[in-house]
Amino acid sequence: MAAGSTIDALGQFELHPVLGQIGEALRFSQSPLFMLIAIVAVLAFLYLGMRPAAVVPGRLQAAAELGYDFIHNMATETIGKEGAAFFPFVFAIFFFILAGNYLGLIPYCFTFTSHIAVTASLAILVFLVSILASFKYQGVKFFTHFMPEGAPVFLAPLLIPIEILSFLSRPVSLSIRLFANMMAGHVLLEVFAGFTLMLAGLGAFGSVLAVAPVVINVALTALELLVGVLQAYVFAILTCIYLREAVAH
Amino acid sequence: MRLPSRNLAAPLAIALALGAVPGRAWAAGMPQLDFANPLLIGQVVWGAVIFAVFYIVLSRSALPRIEGVLTHRRNRIEGDLDIARRARDDADRAVDELRRARHDAAAQAQANIDRVVHEARMAAEAQTHEMNHRLMTDIAEAEKRIASARAEALASLPGVAADTAQSLIEKLLRPAGNENTISRAQVQDAVQAGLAASRG
Repeated sequence: MAAGSTIDALGQFELHPVLGQIGEALRFSQSPLFMLIAIVAVLAFLYLGMRPAAVVPGRLQAAAELGYDFIHNMATETIGKEGAAFFPFVFAIFFFILAGNYLGLIPYCFTFTSHIAVTASLAILVFLVSILASFKYQGVKFFTHFMPEGAPVFLAPLLIPIEILSFLSRPVSLSIRLFANMMAGHVLLEVFAGFTLMLAGLGAFGSVLAVAPVVINVALTALELLVGVLQAYVFAILTCIYLREAVAH
Repeated sequence: MRLPSRNLAAPLAIALALGAVPGRAWAAGMPQLDFANPLLIGQVVWGAVIFAVFYIVLSRSALPRIEGVLTHRRNRIEGDLDIARRARDDADRAVDELRRARHDAAAQAQANIDRVVHEARMAAEAQTHEMNHRLMTDIAEAEKRIASARAEALASLPGVAADTAQSLIEKLLRPAGNENTISRAQVQDAVQAGLAASRG
């Protein structure tokens, strides 16, 4: 938080053990705590929504089914007929990130998607799953993808390293994109909140001016709501695209 | 789109942070890169466990549950549609049957009418024919009677003529006192001759 005339925009990303000694011993910070809250919230949404199991759904059930249909269509349309096998994985990725992004917008909540370690782990998970799927569906033929079809053979020494590099850069771009978006948004929110506090400390005139950053923060929160769902969608759709390449023959 | 600029903004911030504060100091500035903090790796391990639990619960229980509800709904709707389709087919068949029955009935009625009319016509024709026949026989009989009457009349003509001629002669001759000078046979011969002459 703002201390005096400086704004500590990064303090919100610090990890602290929860439950004192227990958290310290288990390395359990507020980041896993909010992951836990996120999955409990998503599962509660699904289970409470689907509890009536009605033929004509109510509002909550319709919302749960909408989420299911949205990801199911994304998985099966992007990946192809093998998409059904990867649907739970894509569903888990999308709702894990979405819940993390949206939880972070609630005051005093921690945004675990703003940690590069978390987003990189997710990206590496996607990367490994797509590599394993490649080997499962294509075997050794998978390596032929590093030489684009129809390209002249004498360009191979140039093309193959480029292709390998672009392949290896996937988890990097995937993780940095999500991490950077979430971190930038939260830094901006914190900075404008800090402006409000600083202006409020300048007396009566400053108190009036302090309204402006609050208005900006309201707009930023709306933008973050959009970015949160968009980044989850981008992560999930890129996962689907990588998996399609993995299962394509 | 808003994203690319933001994608640039954050790495730029990181780069600035990296460049501005060399050495150990930037790690303190960016908690995400403070790898000395055991909690940083701790969250990855915990995150892996939590995500695995999330995935297992989703794939084993939550998502099949939703799929079951959706499949049940789809089957229910398709079943209802099937029932409706069958009912419509039944109704169509019933309408067809009704139409055919009406058509048949109309055709039968028309045939009956035709038959009755035909019969009536035939009866009328037969009656006419019989009537004509009877009339013809009546006419033939009448003609025959006429012919016989005529023949009879013609046959009795000489006698009558002879009688008439004799009585005429007697009436003419009696006043003169000549009795029975002309015999009956003579009169008859003369009448016969006269008739033959008039006929011939």
